[in-house]
Amino acid sequence: MNKLLVSPSPHTHGKESTQSIMRDVLIALAPAMLVSILSSGWSALMLILVGAAACVLTEFLIQKYLLKRPVTVSDLSAVVTGCLLALNLPPNSPWWLIVIGSVVAIGVAKMTFGGLGQNIFNPALVGRVFLLVSFPVLMTTWDDSGSMFGLVDAFSGATPLGAVKEGLKNGMTLSELTADNLTFSQQFFFNMGGSAGEFSAVALILGFIYLLCRRVIKATIPVTILCTVFVVSGIFWLADPERFTNPVFNLFTGGLLLGAIFMATDYVTSPMTTKGQIIFGIGIGLITVFVRYFGSYPEGVSFAILIMNCTVPLLNKYCKPRRFGEVKK
Amino acid sequence: MKKTFRIGGVHPHDNKISAEAAIEIFPAIETAYVSMAQHLGAPATPVVAVGDHVKVGQVIAEPAGFISGFVHSPVSGTVKSIGPRADIAGNLVPHVEITVEGDEWMEDIDRSDTVVKDIPFTPEEIIEKVKKAGVVGLGGASFPTHVKLAPPKDKKAECVILNGTECEPYLTSDDRIMRERPREILIGGAIMMKALGVTRGYVGIEENKPAAIASMTEAAREFPQIEVVVLKKRYPQGGEKQLIDAVIRRQVPSGALPIDTGAVVQNVGTSLAVYEAVQKNKPLIDNVITVTGGCLPVQHNYKVRIGTPMSKILEVAGGVPEKAAKVISGGPMMGRAIANLDAATVKANGAILVLTEAETRRKPESNCIRCAKCASACPMGLEPWLLNKLSRAGGRFDELEKERVFDCIECGCCSFTCPAQIPLVDMIRISKAEVMKIMRSRPKK
Amino acid sequence: MTGTILITIACLVALGLLFAVVLYFVAQKFKVEEDPRIATVESILPGANCGGCGQAGCHAFAENVVKAPSMEGFFCPVGGNPVMAKVAEALGRAVEESAPKVAVVRCNGTLASRPRTNVYDGYASCKVMASLYSGDTGCKFGCLGKGDCEAACKFDAIHVDPEKGVAVVDENKCTACGACVKACPKSIIELRPKGFKNRRVTVLCVNKDKGALTRKACTAGCIGCGKCAKTCPFGAITVENNVAYIDFTKCKLCRKCVEVCPTHAINEVNFPPKPVIAKPNEENV
Repeated sequence: MNKLLVSPSPHTHGKESTQSIMRDVLIALAPAMLVSILSSGWSALMLILVGAAACVLTEFLIQKYLLKRPVTVSDLSAVVTGCLLALNLPPNSPWWLIVIGSVVAIGVAKMTFGGLGQNIFNPALVGRVFLLVSFPVLMTTWDDSGSMFGLVDAFSGATPLGAVKEGLKNGMTLSELTADNLTFSQQFFFNMGGSAGEFSAVALILGFIYLLCRRVIKATIPVTILCTVFVVSGIFWLADPERFTNPVFNLFTGGLLLGAIFMATDYVTSPMTTKGQIIFGIGIGLITVFVRYFGSYPEGVSFAILIMNCTVPLLNKYCKPRRFGEVKK
Repeated sequence: MKKTFRIGGVHPHDNKISAEAAIEIFPAIETAYVSMAQHLGAPATPVVAVGDHVKVGQVIAEPAGFISGFVHSPVSGTVKSIGPRADIAGNLVPHVEITVEGDEWMEDIDRSDTVVKDIPFTPEEIIEKVKKAGVVGLGGASFPTHVKLAPPKDKKAECVILNGTECEPYLTSDDRIMRERPREILIGGAIMMKALGVTRGYVGIEENKPAAIASMTEAAREFPQIEVVVLKKRYPQGGEKQLIDAVIRRQVPSGALPIDTGAVVQNVGTSLAVYEAVQKNKPLIDNVITVTGGCLPVQHNYKVRIGTPMSKILEVAGGVPEKAAKVISGGPMMGRAIANLDAATVKANGAILVLTEAETRRKPESNCIRCAKCASACPMGLEPWLLNKLSRAGGRFDELEKERVFDCIECGCCSFTCPAQIPLVDMIRISKAEVMKIMRSRPKK
Repeated sequence: MTGTILITIACLVALGLLFAVVLYFVAQKFKVEEDPRIATVESILPGANCGGCGQAGCHAFAENVVKAPSMEGFFCPVGGNPVMAKVAEALGRAVEESAPKVAVVRCNGTLASRPRTNVYDGYASCKVMASLYSGDTGCKFGCLGKGDCEAACKFDAIHVDPEKGVAVVDENKCTACGACVKACPKSIIELRPKGFKNRRVTVLCVNKDKGALTRKACTAGCIGCGKCAKTCPFGAITVENNVAYIDFTKCKLCRKCVEVCPTHAINEVNFPPKPVIAKPNEENV
């Protein structure tokens, strides 16, 4: 027998590791990635691969040569960031766009704060918003002529949300605008205009169910966000259906599902306790609706999540879990 | 719906591979090394001298303080030496070494198998008998049982809860005694209820022990005041506070004692020891030890005299395989790693678990990803990630105290569940010690 | 265009002035009167905020030393005598010089001399390890080598030597602040005077076990045989609890104990190499 190992208890460990969690997130993203590849062709695949590779490389270079710390790219967190970023860009974006986004996401939003677990803002979103502000034209127009399997007709133009905003600005009413807009089932299953990851609500929801089954995330944040968006936009819609888009349209267009399921639930940048998560979700929902209705950008999910990210330390400080012995007898 | 506690908890694989091994009497040993620190509190004072002849069950040490206990000779023979000997952690503890000669018992001990149900004793007599028999809590903490049976005057016990949860993976000794000696356990429970003057008793058993549930339920028909409560499988259900919450839906407030909820929790093994002490005059000189591990060829549940060296038990059980990496006294969640295999068993040893490197070696720690799984798993509703952070930043001890670091029961759920492999319990444990130091140095108000 | 720029500049200047005035009055109103000597003393202190003096930091030290009637009980181990002399001068007081000290790790149980009996697999902290068990060697008293002292040191002066497995002090960097002494759960580290020309003789062992046990655990341990105490001409060595201790106030650095120690547990540092010639008079002393 060899020398005995001695350590404090516990002497056993659960199966989960950072890597296994990140792998689960990637699996959950797979349907959405698949849909985006099917509909936009090789350019979407290229985007995902370049995004993941650029993020991993950036993290590797920074850890190895700048910080001279152990390299932890094998935990797959950079791959997740890269894929999320890819799903947040128009599917036919040039490769250099996502490289810039990746460098900003990992280099600025993640590593400057100390790497995994230390960042305040969701890296993929910081990358996206950086690109959105720096390259607004590239980021908001879509050209789908590269469709690989001819599943859909070539589609080019603005996203539904962008079209609505533009139209409203030009004095059109919603009923005029939505006449040729998408039907609900189209939105639900195959909503063409949008970032690579905004195509199919059903693919995103599949991923959501997978994450829930694997207990990677809890439903609290996504459900609160979606409910808030639905209720608040519902109130506005009831008040003036000609000016405000309807709640179902709001739920299934744009990056709301992608944001609510994959970005807002990022462990690092979301609150720890259920109470905090509810406040966080409500905040994101409110800001999203307000940006969509009153802001100058057509889409507000990214901004909403980033803004609420700032509140996380505070929410963690003041929303404590229920302690044992603190309940009604 | 089956009951369970309301906050936190984890589900480690239960690995009860030794559950079907019936209790075997461990063969006679040549030398017994009886530790004087068999219980929580001050080590007992030896009352025998080198060269004395002792019988099985003879008092060899007396309590040295209120929280302390009697120690009896587990064997008959001659006292060879009295002096320090290394315990499982390698620390020196006073021991009495006895060379075994024959197996001569004290005359007043009833060694028959007859189950004696009538309890002709007053509560005071019961407590005295339990004390004299050196009974301690066999669930792990080895708190002297007689102290628990005599709560402070201002507290009132309302019920006794027998702890048959055995929520730790691998352990099966309680399972076995519940299958093989259910009546004795329940009589022990009834004795404790009489001592405390309560009329309500419960036995909490987790659902993964159907045979034990069946035999206890069957035996409980004779005892209308004792109810067998089947609990969901969930760790750490056997924690005193968690079990009270699970069975009677009351939570012990922070800083209070379990008795404040009116419940007195005793392990089923303790209950059996109480039965033997009161009805059979048999002091606590042996206990059932599970010898288990995936790498062992045969699993055993042995009835072992205290003072038997661990190495001897492992040898008789079939030897330690080459790939064994860690030997643990107790279960994998809260047991203690054994640094010195020559250490002798004490009353509260319930298991010897042998794990391989792959099963137990810790993986390198990485950054906290703030998944809050530790906070969800904590059965005390604490935030281990925060306690860990506060412990590391040079130790912000005033905040640690405010975050209730003392509520931690060190069950290991947080470390178990942490995907970043952070040794949360290690950190919390040292912080507790530091905060305790600071609190003690503080002027009393 | 120029107009816009000018207006912008004017606005900013106006705002700047406004804020400056407000800040000035606020600063005046909330000014905290502090003894100016505190600032003077603080500027003399090294500013390491190590807490080695027993105060909460350099500012607290300055505050308390100014308040106190004399210099007694105040000593900055980092700055040493020169700094204390300056502080005393600034306060117009006298100060006694105290001998400069250095941290000494009293364990020489290297990996070679102290075989490992098990492998510690917990969090790398001496404190955690010490609270768990007696350690990964047969010796219950020696250095655990997990580097709590290293983590506590603010001057990068103490490190666990990976080849030896015990902590080693860099005496050029050590300021004798005492942080490592407090951090060590085994109380192995002691602050000892640096000594004449940095020469010191120390027993590098604190093992209180009986000789046979110690010898089994470590070949470099003090077995408490007492030869050193008998040899010492100055009565500087006492053997208590099976371990020898050299009183540095009595030791005259003659090094006779070093020669007689059977386990070489007594260590000398910074002495010039000995002349090879035999010393015939040694036995007569």
